[in-house]
Amino acid sequence: MHIAIIGNGISGVTAARYLRKKTNDRITLISSESDHFFSRTALMYIYMGHMKYEHTKPYEDWFWEKNKLGLIRNEVISIDFENKKLKFKNSESLSYDKLILATGSKPNKFGWKGQNLNGVQGLYSYQDLEKLEEITPKIKTGVIVGGGLIGIELAEMLKSRGKNVIFLVRENSFWDNILPEAESKMINNHIKKHHIDLRLNTEFEEIIDDGNGNVKEIKIKNGEILPCEFVGLTVGVSPNIEFLKNTKLDTDIGILVDKYFQTNITDVFAIGDCVQHREPPAGRRNLEQIWYTGKIMGQTIAEILTGNKTSYNPGNFFNSAKFLDIEYQTYGQVPANPPENINSIFWKHQIEDKLVRINFEITSLKVTGVNTFGIRMRHDVWDKWLSEELTINQVLNSLTRANFDPEFFKKHETEIVEELRSQIS
Amino acid sequence: MKKTGIIFLLISITIWILSLFLNQFKLTSEILHEVVKKEHYSLLEPELQNIRDKNFNEVFSFSTEIKSAVSRINNKLESEGKYNEKIFDNYELSLSKASGIGAVSKYPLLFFLLIFGLLITGSFLFILPERKNLPGIKNDGIFHHPATSVQWIGIILGTLLICFYILLYFFPHFITNWILIMDPLSKLMNGNPASQWFLYGFLYTIAVLVMGVRMWIKYRHSKYQLFRTCSVMFFQLTFAFLIPELLTKLNLPSADLKNMWPLDYSFFFDYRIDQKIQAGTLGIFMFVWGIILFTVGVPIMTYFFGKRWYCSWVCGCGGLAETLGDPFRQLSSKKLKAWEIERYLIHFVLVIAVVMTAGVIYTYLSGNSTIMGFLDTGTLRYYYGFAIGSIFSGVVGTGFYPLMGNRVWCRFGCPLAAYMGLIQRFKSRFRITTNGGQCISCGNCSTYCEQGIDVRWYAQRGQDIVRASCVGCGVCSSVCPRGVLNLENLSPATRKI
Ligand SMILES: Cc1cc2nc3c(=O)[nH]c(=O)nc-3n(C[C@H](O)[C@H](O)[C@H](O)COP(=O)(O)OP(=O)(O)OC[C@H]3O[C@@H](n4cnc5c(N)ncnc54)[C@H](O)[C@@H]3O)c2cc1C
Ligand code: SF4
Ligand code: SF4
Repeated sequence: MHIAIIGNGISGVTAARYLRKKTNDRITLISSESDHFFSRTALMYIYMGHMKYEHTKPYEDWFWEKNKLGLIRNEVISIDFENKKLKFKNSESLSYDKLILATGSKPNKFGWKGQNLNGVQGLYSYQDLEKLEEITPKIKTGVIVGGGLIGIELAEMLKSRGKNVIFLVRENSFWDNILPEAESKMINNHIKKHHIDLRLNTEFEEIIDDGNGNVKEIKIKNGEILPCEFVGLTVGVSPNIEFLKNTKLDTDIGILVDKYFQTNITDVFAIGDCVQHREPPAGRRNLEQIWYTGKIMGQTIAEILTGNKTSYNPGNFFNSAKFLDIEYQTYGQVPANPPENINSIFWKHQIEDKLVRINFEITSLKVTGVNTFGIRMRHDVWDKWLSEELTINQVLNSLTRANFDPEFFKKHETEIVEELRSQIS
Repeated sequence: MKKTGIIFLLISITIWILSLFLNQFKLTSEILHEVVKKEHYSLLEPELQNIRDKNFNEVFSFSTEIKSAVSRINNKLESEGKYNEKIFDNYELSLSKASGIGAVSKYPLLFFLLIFGLLITGSFLFILPERKNLPGIKNDGIFHHPATSVQWIGIILGTLLICFYILLYFFPHFITNWILIMDPLSKLMNGNPASQWFLYGFLYTIAVLVMGVRMWIKYRHSKYQLFRTCSVMFFQLTFAFLIPELLTKLNLPSADLKNMWPLDYSFFFDYRIDQKIQAGTLGIFMFVWGIILFTVGVPIMTYFFGKRWYCSWVCGCGGLAETLGDPFRQLSSKKLKAWEIERYLIHFVLVIAVVMTAGVIYTYLSGNSTIMGFLDTGTLRYYYGFAIGSIFSGVVGTGFYPLMGNRVWCRFGCPLAAYMGLIQRFKSRFRITTNGGQCISCGNCSTYCEQGIDVRWYAQRGQDIVRASCVGCGVCSSVCPRGVLNLENLSPATRKI
């Protein structure tokens, strides 16, 4: 049997690795982006000079051959689902018995004027990074549009290379559709401390060219014109499924799958960023473009294809990010605005950018989620607490057990627990 | 400010290198009388006739003349079968030092203050502005900079370091002027003129201290890094530098009390044992202390804390690696192949160190100079000192910092590290815990692991990292942008491997 996987990102590669552990079937990984798997999450570190491209490859180049994982560097332009055949850009083709689509995402563009000029781009692929590197010497001022996780990374990247950075955020406060107000405000301040010109409540109207197809300036909605040599568009990503639209494959925003990653076509499955769950697991959105969910989907599809029909179960939600110097972790549900039955209490350090927020149900006192900034916490401990539905008092009593900061770091738990207790009563 | 710092540094190094070529040398009979041992005088005096009272403008030909005179004498003695009359003293150095009559010999203190004043001031001017960065990991530009990514500055630095070590170990007479410059400080500290080892100890200590301050600034957000850096600075300054000099001044056997066998490979050599025995109670204490340290201290401490208690908190080699070497930590190879070579090499050195020491002790106790009838323990000891003690730990270990990373010796060669590594791997509470599923496989941890451990390999699987070579520097944990890694001491049964 031949299992073909389109996409050598974390989802496709995890699927291939776990399949290889269980079968001797022929497995082929296809990508138009890179010869070998690399970590997209580390793109920023290449640009900032923390790492070189080869450091971002989690497996050495010999790994693939040794594990008999076929690699093809080519772009699939269409799929003949009837005859189970992939068509490549160079008009070659490849037959498969089972197909896994793991095509990832692409940066959103909403049809703005000037969005295709030279010097206007998103940051998703290695090619995006190469493009950015190429124009970097010409950049004096870069404007970032869109206040999300990739936006702040791009701002940090440009800053690290000594550029002026103007950061346009449409909302009242950074990432405030996800972060509660206190957290979001803290990040606003931190961004400014890094001398990034953060403009909240600011939308842009159009990007203006210099007559030669290069960006010259960007016009914002109040009419102000900001001269710049670069515009970073980071207003989210969406599933990379252009070449699958208008085929027999059932798609909406993403490729529609059930909880076994089955698409509407037999022997065709989809995992990772490109997926839209028809029935998302409890507490999860139908589109979740996160690293570890891609990994879990890869592991699960390998189980399914090797005869162990398990459904997708990513467990309690968690995630992490880093906003310049502030580390952020979250476990469970901490929405920007708590629903009515939820009490949301938080402690913030007087001076430093440290904050801990815990949400719990008002009636049952069950803890539903935590946000932690500047203090590391243990995943397994929080996961257990959430699964066992501990009450807020039980959690506060043993909060020190969750601390994951390095040795000798100042512990704030006494302070935190005191503050949170006073907020409960 | 940073630019001024670099200018100061360049001026200082230029003067320092130029000073090698300054000074004049003239060997007089008074100097011969004063320096040369009685039993060697009659041998050396005629051989040195041709350079007597002649003015030399540089040290190289002068000291080479002396060196060849000594080897002519030794060859002759050998051919006559008088092996035990052979000369082992380093007369090319001691006579050169005594014969200096030029500027360096006249004004050593001036040179000392000028060179090291500029060097230290320049370094601080370069380092201190980093304080204006906000606290946090700032590795920007490391792989773009020609010093820290094996490009031209790195290659020049490496070459200079390698040359320095070769001169220090094998041609100390060529750096006579550098040693002369150290005389005033050496006399102040221990009452004797400087040797090349005093020069080395001094340079080593200021490197650890100055670059330690750099570490304080770079990692000021991490108490673990601060404490650890203070610790290596303290041990280098006191245990490795001040205390041994003080002991010498008090006419006691000088010893670095934190160094231990088998890193201190000459610990069981006859002359060092004799020296301690002669020194009475203190000497015996030192001997017993040295033995307790590696037989009892190491297993206990390594069981509780991992080998980090020594490698990145106490050890001198580790201290230099963690301070002077920190800018180069990312250059260690993470390839699986490198790990294979490492395991063979480091355990091989450990075996050789044990065999060599056993042989030396056997010879000391029995008086037999060979073991098993053919292995000459003296030869073994000589080659160990040459190949491992000088070439591996010095020339390669430190000289290759800018080329292969800062722990080449600690990773591939140190027998003490090998010994502690075995304990750490199989019987220790130490591990690096991985925080559940938070790893995003970015690779910062692996890149900045000076020991070339592919930390990510374990982290992305949710496994704890238990590796013999981990020195517990904690940098993987510091650089991880997702807070995935933590150095912990917990019951060995709870390791997730
Ligand atoms: C800059 C950046 C930072 C991020 N940081 C984080 C983070 O910190 N934490 C986190 O959880 N997530 C992060 N993410 C998101 C995370 O990287 C993605 O969720 C994850 O990479 C998705 O993996 P995937 O395997 O589904 O798809 P991808 O990694 O996108 O892989 C899909 C691959 O398929 C290839 N492909 C697609 N179509 C075709 C075709 N027709 N023919 C051939 N090849 C094709 C693509 O070229 C691509 O190489 C980040 C993303 C970016 C861009
Ligand atoms: S630095 Fe952290 S997130 Fe990155 S690979 Fe290492 S453990 Fe994973
Ligand atoms: S694994 Fe981490 S703590 Fe151990 S040596 Fe490497 S960087 Fe240091």
